[in-house]
This record gives sequence, structure tokens and C-alpha cells, in this order.
Amino acid sequence: MKTDGQRELKKQLYYRMLLLRRSEERIVANYHLREMRSPPHMYMGHEAVAAGVCAALRREDVIYPYYRSHGWYLAKGGDLNEMIAELHGRATGCSRGWGGSMHLIHIPSGVMGTTAIVSGNISHAAGAALAFRMKGLNAISVAIFGDGATEEGVFHETLNFAAVYKLPMIFVCENNIYATNTHIKDRQAQTDIFRRADGYGMPGMRIDGNDVLRVYDETGRAVERARIGDGPTLLEYMTYRYLEHCGVNEDLELGYRTEDEVRRWMSIDPVHTAEKFVSEQERKNMESEISAKLDEAFAFAKSSPWPETLIAEEAGA
Amino acid sequence: MKFREAVCDATRLAMEKDSSVFVIGVGIIDPRKVWGTLSGIREQFGDRRFIEVGLAEDALTGVSVGAATHGLRPIIVHHRIDFVLLTMNQLINHAAKWSEMFGRQQSVPLVVRAVVGRGWGNGPQHTQSLHALFSHVPGLKAVVPTNPTDAKGLLLAAIEDDGPVIYIEHRWLHEDDAPVPPGYYVTPLGKAAVVRTGTDATIAAVGPMVAEAMKAAAALEQTGLSAEVLDMRTLRPLDSDTVIQSVVKTGRLVVAEGDWSPCSVGGEIVARVAEQALSALKAAPVRIMWPDICVPSSQTIEAKFYPGAREIQNAVMSVCNHYSQGQTIQNTVKKFDGPF
Ligand SMILES: Cc1ncc(C[n+]2csc(CCOP(=O)(O)OP(=O)(O)O)c2C)c(N)n1
Ligand SMILES: [Mg+2]
Repeated sequence: MKTDGQRELKKQLYYRMLLLRRSEERIVANYHLREMRSPPHMYMGHEAVAAGVCAALRREDVIYPYYRSHGWYLAKGGDLNEMIAELHGRATGCSRGWGGSMHLIHIPSGVMGTTAIVSGNISHAAGAALAFRMKGLNAISVAIFGDGATEEGVFHETLNFAAVYKLPMIFVCENNIYATNTHIKDRQAQTDIFRRADGYGMPGMRIDGNDVLRVYDETGRAVERARIGDGPTLLEYMTYRYLEHCGVNEDLELGYRTEDEVRRWMSIDPVHTAEKFVSEQERKNMESEISAKLDEAFAFAKSSPWPETLIAEEAGA
Repeated sequence: MKFREAVCDATRLAMEKDSSVFVIGVGIIDPRKVWGTLSGIREQFGDRRFIEVGLAEDALTGVSVGAATHGLRPIIVHHRIDFVLLTMNQLINHAAKWSEMFGRQQSVPLVVRAVVGRGWGNGPQHTQSLHALFSHVPGLKAVVPTNPTDAKGLLLAAIEDDGPVIYIEHRWLHEDDAPVPPGYYVTPLGKAAVVRTGTDATIAAVGPMVAEAMKAAAALEQTGLSAEVLDMRTLRPLDSDTVIQSVVKTGRLVVAEGDWSPCSVGGEIVARVAEQALSALKAAPVRIMWPDICVPSSQTIEAKFYPGAREIQNAVMSVCNHYSQGQTIQNTVKKFDGPF
């Protein structure tokens, strides 16, 4: 019974990661058509973090991701058609075409607005947690941010606040070593981000963010603590971004990282590593299901109407 | 020389001339060198005068204020003006007040370079202009260069100035190419430029709207109207004298400004003309501004969002009571394939 449950969980985790990977690949393949006009921050390489974290949450729990948003949106259950339509700037998009890639939202599945000013979202998540507490709800809130975001004052202010009030929330850091193209060692003297937690009186730990089962387990423990009123946890997930910081291309020519480093991370690719969770037949079925969903989503997006401009037409124009 | 190269040239010249000048910012060591506006600076002057900071805009601004009161001249560089909002406490409560608050015993000579984005669905949080916000506060100066020559001259003037200066540069002007005087020179702060003389109407333009105003003026000439175009260049201190002089001659005023209308620079220009030269006006002034909404991401709304030469031309014809058929030009938009 337990092993059946385990197998089902692993299958689900793999499916989620595959969905994230294939969606990003499809966006990359179509980007040159110039129909998706907004700055995309691709998620390839990070998949295990969003898939593992979101699998440990309930639907009523909320996440506050950042502009590297696609994976989080999908992992938490955001509607695929609406996301692809949003990237196309259409009225049927999850933000009605007004936000674009950096500003996704899907309220029914608990994806709160993703934003493009680094670190602002961290305090929003704490505000949601405060609201859940005041309203007597059992939901928890998750702040999601990169290693660079932890350098901003609001990260520290919010950790302190959340710890003092034992807010029902989790802080999830996706440490991919770079902020844009600047290495963490050029920005931080103490690069163990999880240690910041200790300074504010909450548990913190560093976890292999490419191992989806570990991500799921550790998030689950933090969720449990948050839900029973033991307060927040800082989880630092080590992972790696494959493509350029913003855009759909590789970026080795910039010279800020080595081919060797990229290869090393790709050799522990989270999606590939988890392939063993499913049978060959199951994998094939998943591939064709996801492919069909993406076909549908792109067709939906391209046939959707443009948003109303809300801008008064000039008389006689 | 391209606009972005002129920014770089000014930075290099200032740093060669004065060893107290240094550059500080988030992501300035990035191989893209802030769109090439800092190419070669780190290599020439070394890390002692080229200070990369993690994501800490607020603190680095405070650090710059402290350093400036000790005789250094920081140039803070931001990839977007939207990020400057994280530093408003340091800029407005501290930098802008410091000199007066302590009886003018110290000055705070710092420059904040801030890039305004546009296009490719950059959306609500990466395309604000906000220049009016920075023009509101005593103790701050604000400049918006519109061509490579002024990009260089105004940056050098801003660095020489003994107070905090916000230097607002538009991403879309970075690739503009024009001859630039060699060597060190300054474009004085607080002086608008008359970039085209005319007799029927004054177009006071800010930032990228200057180029649009020039296109509109050329088209207006075809319909028999002569427009004078002013590049405001410095928004604080605002050179309303030049506007008033022009309006006294033309009797009509159109302001073209890429920012929101309430409490804008255009509002201030119109107010000063009303206060000081009401009798010169033959028609009510018109402001061509952004619609009163955030800058949306979707390409269709984005395309309607930005007014251009066409709206300016129509405004001038309307203040001149001069309507001709089928003459209005179409707005052209620069090709920009993002991502940011
Ligand atoms: C306040 C602010 N400063 C700077 C930027 C420009 N910027 C966008 S993403 C980014 C890097 C953030 O790095 P990190 O938090 O590690 O997230 P990652 O992109 O690596 O996932 C920077 C500097 C911004 N958007 N907001
Ligand atoms: Mg990072």
C-alpha cells in the first residue's frame, strides 16, 4: 500500500517536471515567431524545485513566485492555456494580456501574482500568511525567490517579522549561483544562504534542488511546522539555470560561466534523473499527453482575441 | 558616436579627470556592461573605482551618500529606473536634504543613472518613466538627454554638480548615432535647447518625444505651419524662461512628454506659462502625455499606449485652428526585439 503510494507520488512528480520542461521547450521553439513579446526568464534546470515544493502543498495554499515564473505557475496547477495566451498578450491570458511572462497569476490554484522587481514578493507572501492567521484559515503561504533576492533588505526584514510572529509560511530560495550574470561569490561573503535563518530564529537548511524527492520531503516537513503553528522555515534549494538569464538562448559566449560548469549540472538534470520513476510506456504516454496539451494551448492562444486597450481613440484617428 | 557610447565616453573622461569619481551599481560587472555604457571602464580604472554590489539598491545609495559627503563622486547605475524606487528614502529623505539640513556645510555630489525601458512587452514594472517624480523634490536635479552630444555633456555636468542629480536615459535612444564633440565639455544644467525655430506654435518636448516633435514639425511645415521645438533637457531646475520666451513669440503651446499627466513636468510648464505669460496665449495649451494607466505588456495595447509625432501634429493643428485633410503622418516605431 505504502509502496503503491510512493510509486504514484513519484509518477506525479515526474509528470509535473516533464510538463514544465516540455512547456519551456515549446516556448523556446516558438519564440522566434515574435508572437510572444515579453521578456521570458526560462525555468529549465530548476524543475525539481517547483515540482517538489508544489506537490507538498494543498490547493488552498498559496505561492508568491518571481519573474522566473512559468514553472511555478504550472507546478501549482495554473491553467496552461491561460499561461500560453498570456505570453501571447491575449485577452484570454491569466492576466488578460496586461502582464506578460513576468506577471502570471492564477488565483483558483493559489498562484499569486508574479512580479519583476526582485524581492518585493517576499513580503507579500508574509502578508498572505498574516491574513490566513487573522482569518483563522489553515492555509500556508510560500515566498519564492532567487539567491540574488536574499541580498535585498526586504528579505531580511520579512524573515525577522515572520519569525517573530511564527507566521504560517515557508521561504523557498532557488540558489542557481547567479544573479543575472554575476556569480554569488562576487556578491556575498557568506554564501550559505540557509544560515541567514539562524540569525532570525527560524530553521534553515540547504537541500539538493535537483533531487525532487528530497525537495518534496523537506518541503513537507516545513509545511507541517508552518501548519501546526511552529512558524516559518528557510529552505535553500541548490539548482542551476540552463539558458540565458532572460531570453530563450544559451549564453556561453558571454563568458561568465564555463561550458564545463553547465555540462556538470546537466549531467544531474532533474527531469532525466527522475525518468526511472516511470516505465517506458508511462513515459511515452505522458509525452504524448503533454504534447497534445501544448498543441491545444498554442492553438488556443493564437486564436484568442486581443485585450481591450482601455485607451480612448483619438477623435478622427 | 552612439548615445550609449557617449555615456561611456563621459564616464571615462570624468574618471580620468577626477580621481574621486567612481561607478557603483547592481550588475555592472555583467559582461553586457549595461548595454555597453560601461565598456572598458572596469578594465581601465580597476575594481577600486568600479564597485559591484549585490542586489542592494537601497544600501548602495546610502553608501554613496556617505561617500559623497567625504569628497567622493559616485555614479550609481541602474538598469531600470523602476529599481530606483527602492532607493527613494536615501534619495529624498537623505541625499536631497543633507546639504540644507546641516546649513550647507556639506554637499552630496552624486549621480544616479537610470534607464527607462520600452517595448517587447516589458510591461508595468520595467517601462515607467517617473521623471516627474524626481523633478518634484527640492535638493534633487533631474536631466533627460535626448541625443548623443547632450548624453555626454549632461552626464559630465551632472558629475561636476555638487548636489544629487538623476540622469534619466531612454533605452531606445541608446542606439541613436550622431557626431559628438571630442574631449571634455559640459552641457549646462537647467538650460533647455531650441532645436528648431518656428513662429506659429511652441512644442516643449521631453526625452524621446523631442524626436517625435521634430518629425511632427517637419510634417507641419508641409501644411504651412511653423513649429518651434524645445528640448527641455533638464527638468529640475526647469528652464521655463526659454518656454515663455518662445510662447511670447508663437502664442501657442503644446507639451510632449512621455509620462503620466497628473503632477507632470508638462503640468508645471503649463502652470508657469499661465502664471507668467497668460496674455501671450492665443489658445489653451495642450499636453500630449501617456494614457492614465500602467504600461501594459500586450503588443496591441503597447502599440496604442505611446503617443508620437501624429498626436503632436494633431495637437499643433488644433491649437492653431488649422485643419487640413489627409495630411496627418503615421507614427513609426523602432524595431526592438527585446528581450529587455
Ligand atoms: C530590485 C531589482 N533590482 C534589480 C533588478 C534586475 N534584475 C532582474 S533579475 C536579477 C537577478 C536576480 O537574481 P536571483 O534573485 O538570483 O534570481 P534568478 O534570476 O537567478 O532566478 C536582477 C538583478 C530587478 N528586477 N529588481
Ligand atoms: Mg539566481
